Amino acid sequence: MEPSIYQSELNLEATELRLGLPGRTNNKRSSPEDRSMSISISKNSSVDSSGPSNATDHDDDDDDHQNSVQPAKVQVVGWPPVRSFRRNSMQQQKQKKDEHNNNNGDGSAMYVKVSMAGAPYLRKIDLNIYNSYSQLLNALQNLFKCSFGEYSEREGYNGSEYAPTYEDKDGDWMLVGDVPWDMFTCSCKRLRIVKGSEAKGLASL
Amino acid sequence: MTHSGSSLPDLPNCTSTAAPMSEIRSPPPDRVLEIVLENVLHFLTCRRDRNAASLVCRSWCRAEALTRSDLFIGNCYAVSPHRATSRFRRVRSLTVKGKPRFADFDLLPLNWGAHFSPWGSALADAYPWLEKLHLKRMSLTDDDLNLIARSFPSFKELVLVCCEGFGIAGIAAVAANCRLLRVLDLVESVVEDADEDEEVMDWISCFPDGETHLESLVFECVECPVNFEALERLVARSPYLKKLRLNHYVSIPQLYRLMHRAPQLTHLGTGSFCASDDVAVGDQELDYSSAFAACKSLVCLSGFRDILPDYLPAIYPACANLTSLNLSYADVNADQLKPVILQCHKLQTLWVLDSICDEGLQAVAATCKDLRELRVFPGNTREEAEGPVSEVGLEVISQGCRKLQSILFFCQRMTNAAVIAMSKNCPDLVVFRLCIIGRYRPDPETHEPMDDGFGAIVMNCKKLTRLAVSGLLTDQAFRYIGMYGKLLRTLSVAFAGDSDQGLKYVLEGCPNLQKLEIRDSPFGDAALHSGLHHFYNMRFLWMSTCKLTRQGCQEIARALPHLALEVIDSQEDKADDHIEILYMYRSLDRPRNDAPKCVTILQ
Repeated sequence: MEPSIYQSELNLEATELRLGLPGRTNNKRSSPEDRSMSISISKNSSVDSSGPSNATDHDDDDDDHQNSVQPAKVQVVGWPPVRSFRRNSMQQQKQKKDEHNNNNGDGSAMYVKVSMAGAPYLRKIDLNIYNSYSQLLNALQNLFKCSFGEYSEREGYNGSEYAPTYEDKDGDWMLVGDVPWDMFTCSCKRLRIVKGSEAKGLASL
Repeated sequence: MTHSGSSLPDLPNCTSTAAPMSEIRSPPPDRVLEIVLENVLHFLTCRRDRNAASLVCRSWCRAEALTRSDLFIGNCYAVSPHRATSRFRRVRSLTVKGKPRFADFDLLPLNWGAHFSPWGSALADAYPWLEKLHLKRMSLTDDDLNLIARSFPSFKELVLVCCEGFGIAGIAAVAANCRLLRVLDLVESVVEDADEDEEVMDWISCFPDGETHLESLVFECVECPVNFEALERLVARSPYLKKLRLNHYVSIPQLYRLMHRAPQLTHLGTGSFCASDDVAVGDQELDYSSAFAACKSLVCLSGFRDILPDYLPAIYPACANLTSLNLSYADVNADQLKPVILQCHKLQTLWVLDSICDEGLQAVAATCKDLRELRVFPGNTREEAEGPVSEVGLEVISQGCRKLQSILFFCQRMTNAAVIAMSKNCPDLVVFRLCIIGRYRPDPETHEPMDDGFGAIVMNCKKLTRLAVSGLLTDQAFRYIGMYGKLLRTLSVAFAGDSDQGLKYVLEGCPNLQKLEIRDSPFGDAALHSGLHHFYNMRFLWMSTCKLTRQGCQEIARALPHLALEVIDSQEDKADDHIEILYMYRSLDRPRNDAPKCVTILQ
């Protein structure tokens, strides 16, 4: 018995609570944001190779949990095996198509550079393909193979080895998660993953 | 027979002052055979043949080393640059591969290695006459590219596949300095562009003026705009240009102009294949099909990166001659595909997106009777129950395309029956890669594991050398692979198997196995141990998120001193003893010293 049929009959989507701009929800399901870059969330919260009975087909409610900053859910990195070049291209295309169809949103891709203390190479990511902090943080953690731990307003990413920071329009360095998501995407110029100790100073501001 | 002692034989000359007149011009007897050998070995091009020849005896080894002009290094860490350049003294063309394939899927930490720099310096010293360099999954910087650009006056060909670490500045250096450049192919590589504050460097303008020797220019992966006027001038002064693959910053009207400048093109990557933003569709439409009619030699089309399907009919004039078509970035449906594909009778290679659905595959099967290679990529990579292609499409392809040799098929559902059908209908299969996106998914009709399907493939496809499995698989599948996969060289396993026995079957049964990559499968130390007899014959073994322990790996390391076992663990404190990643490969030299902190190399 497929769980999905049951869910679609109940039309859970209509009654879901979401954060985010109105009109964005339409894109969420069909858009590639939740898929590629490895986000596949299992009900068992573990990448468990010990048996087929534990496997899920898919999860329609994974979306609800992604609107607030949360510690990384376990996800399957690199599955299915599609190269990032291809994934990125498809994302860009879907982006353009959505813009073309919806005529809303900020339009073009919003690429920002991401650097990490100690890593020799920069990466660039398109902020527009993420709809929430948790998606962005998951992607960053995967990209740089690091972990941020839990975010709290008071203490930032206290206790974790790394923390994500960003430079805003005014040139100030802030902790990722301090401002509402939409304000963040508008003002973020670039990202930098710093050591947890370095981030402490930012959190206390 | 005596052998001459020096490693670098000289040209034949007389060595003995007391030699009779008749012998003054002949070389010493022991050198004659070597010279003959060298002359004969020049004709050996296949590297496997050369490897075999080099094992006959020392003098054959020496002669072969001197006559090998194309050197292939399958793993940059298997041998040090110094060792390679010391043995092979007259190399004109070098291929080096770096990271393991799973790096493409973000499974390897960013700064893992495969740095080109040590190779660069060794090459600059040893082979000033170097003409060709092919790198795959290597990390190279702008400085490295600068070195290449300046160290080899005869340099003709640079091919970078899945490489990263360099930017436009590096490419510009190559363009500017390699006057004899024929091939500049940047394929699926990450090109870091300049800081926002600086202007994007115009590397196209860096090519020298005057006629170029360019035969192939591929820059689809360069993610920044190019100076179109400069590109047009470059194309116009490159009479030998046969392959041109543009990035998606080139619009269709620009493509039109380029094609009219280069009607001799055989391989074309079309760029975005849509109008640029400032021109509305329908404004002053050019007759794009005339461009395709003008390029009468086109055999390979790709690109279509932002395609507006309305423009697809423009390629009709080229379809009848096409042997290779890559629409895998184009979100076209079956109805949009059909009119194109129905004209492509000569097609041998087809890459598409699953948006064409089973119906589109039906059209392919009906027309492309000569098809050798098919790749169907997923438009949506979520693990859903539904997907646009399925066993129906696979079966239909197997019925229509009997000459199929290579298939890569992403889908959400597949039946054993369809896979078995393909194994029977396509006996020429050399590469079979099936990716059922939903992990652990059984046959939806029978609810059985996919063991029998893959079993049939290894049993019936007697030429099979490469296999990738997916879906719900028990140890039985691996038993089949071990039993029948005697020619198998590359095997990819993910989320499969029940126990150590599965891996044992493979390691004990597949004598030709060279590349084994496994992720998220329950194979542990005992299974790994069963491959001891074979590991020196392999290029590499990758196991991630399996059940290996450091202990188990240590034992292997102790047993086989020429094996490098890299244990990669991103977290230091772990609940259990299992390691995250084992990347293991044979190596003639000391373990590398450029590994990042998360990598421990066991000895």
